[in-house]
Amino acid sequence: HRSVLWGSGVKFDSGVLLLSTHRLIWRDQKNHECCIAIPLSQIVFIEEQAAGIGKSAKIVVHLHPASSNKEPGPFQSSKYSYIKLSFKEHGQIEFYRRLSEEMTQRRWENMPAGQTIQVNKDPQAGRIRAVGIVGIERKLEEKRKETDKNISEAFEDLSKLMEKAKEMVELSKSIANKIKEKQGDITEDETIRFKSYLLSMGIANPVTRETYGSGTHYHMQLAKQLAGILQTPLEERGGIMSLTEVYCLVNRARGLELLSPEDLVNACKMLESLKLPLRLRIFDSGVMVIELQSHNEEEMVASALETVSEKGSLTADEFAKLVGMSVLLAKERLLLAEKMGHLCRDDSVEGLRFYPNLFLTQS
Amino acid sequence: MSKQLDMFKTNLEEFASKHKQEIRKNPEFRVQFQDMCATIGVDPLASGKGFWSEMLGVGDFYYELGVQIIEVCLALKHRNGGLITLEELHQQVLKGRGKFAQDVSQDDLLRAIKKLKVLGNGFGIIPVGGTYLIQSVPAELNMDHTVVLQLAEKKGYVTVSEIRSSLKWETERAKQVLEHLLKEGMAWLDTQAAGEPQYWLPALFTELYSQDITPEEAKEAIP
Repeated sequence: HRSVLWGSGVKFDSGVLLLSTHRLIWRDQKNHECCIAIPLSQIVFIEEQAAGIGKSAKIVVHLHPASSNKEPGPFQSSKYSYIKLSFKEHGQIEFYRRLSEEMTQRRWENMPAGQTIQVNKDPQAGRIRAVGIVGIERKLEEKRKETDKNISEAFEDLSKLMEKAKEMVELSKSIANKIKEKQGDITEDETIRFKSYLLSMGIANPVTRETYGSGTHYHMQLAKQLAGILQTPLEERGGIMSLTEVYCLVNRARGLELLSPEDLVNACKMLESLKLPLRLRIFDSGVMVIELQSHNEEEMVASALETVSEKGSLTADEFAKLVGMSVLLAKERLLLAEKMGHLCRDDSVEGLRFYPNLFLTQS
Repeated sequence: MSKQLDMFKTNLEEFASKHKQEIRKNPEFRVQFQDMCATIGVDPLASGKGFWSEMLGVGDFYYELGVQIIEVCLALKHRNGGLITLEELHQQVLKGRGKFAQDVSQDDLLRAIKKLKVLGNGFGIIPVGGTYLIQSVPAELNMDHTVVLQLAEKKGYVTVSEIRSSLKWETERAKQVLEHLLKEGMAWLDTQAAGEPQYWLPALFTELYSQDITPEEAKEAIP
């Protein structure tokens, strides 16, 4: 005993489902005069929905849109294009199997419709074409197929593009070799132009890096821009910022057309040679910072020594809080002070603590 | 070469007009794209001025992700000493991006992190268990440290005895490694554990994962 759910929200409950070679027929168990049928030819495809907690097993039947000569049924039309057959007790698996068989064999195409079972002509009966739900489901299916098609098309196009990119890489290698051989004959201009080609393609340039560095006109421009952008922020931060801070600051401000980390580093490497008021400095630890030219880290060390002496000893965290610096840069300053002999360390599991170097001052 | 370059640029423009959305929306496609570029010797993320970045928009996606990764790592550094699992980083980054932002995969994070290294901030990727620990501080972590981290990954902590039996090290060597991790704030010492002291890695505490970044922590991220 099964009930048939109509997508328009109306449920036909407690009935018997019959399968013929031509049609799917549902008859109300109580009211035998209520009988609904769908020709199998109206079915696009069927799928199973397994039973769950509180849910009975179902078969979803997706239908073609109704034809204009549709016979009257419970609804003239529906926004859905599928119907759901809900098997409250059992029988879903077997019915699905049989229905699939009929769908495969399509015997209705070979046999004439023959005598149709007499169905009541009252408004409840007649052939029903459920429409609407199938449309949505089909659109989803089509979208899925199209997405798959798009992906495979995208991959195809990607492969072709990569072939062309590979050619560019080969070409650049041969040009780089020629440059290497003809060292003297290539002008600086041509070399710079070649480097900008490599930049556009994203190809590393091992040959020319030694001679002119990785910088291009683009990086030169960028360096000048940075000098402008960073002046005030540097002054606000005691004249020094880590490159990571700069990266975040600049990119947050830009919003679009962001700098790559490499762009930033390459531009900063040119600051000094372009005589800009900032410079790039690399600490022993590998930490990279931008300093104002007017900034003198060694002088800052002297004031750091004073601060540490006042407090007896400080960790990088404590020092950072006191002075209003990032912990990263505070640590670098203390390490530099240690390197210069002004501080010495006490490295224990409680942390790294710096003390004034009494060996120096009291010897 | 400039003629070839112009031709290539046109090809790329055509590709972009058809498939730019695919790259934005589809993490698997991005992986394919990156892998293919690497195979032919091209780095699409080297420069924001590169064709790839300008026309496909891949650059902005990864560079912005870089900023978000830096912010999360800075905010959480005091909790975990600058070590964080890729999972937790992923979760926190997704939270920060909000629900209308593009989807970001772990592969995307790894690629963004590899690019950040060049800034000299100590960003590193350490394989542990089936996943990765992301280091975001310029602390020296050599093979010994890495191996102990991998050992600790299973339970979130490790003891000297475990190191001795699993790695066949002397006590002194084990202690040195553990002390280094303690000093860096990457490990915490539990002396009250039954038996011997346990060295816990906050980066591996799963209980901390869902804890949001507090406003105080967020302030740390933007000095």
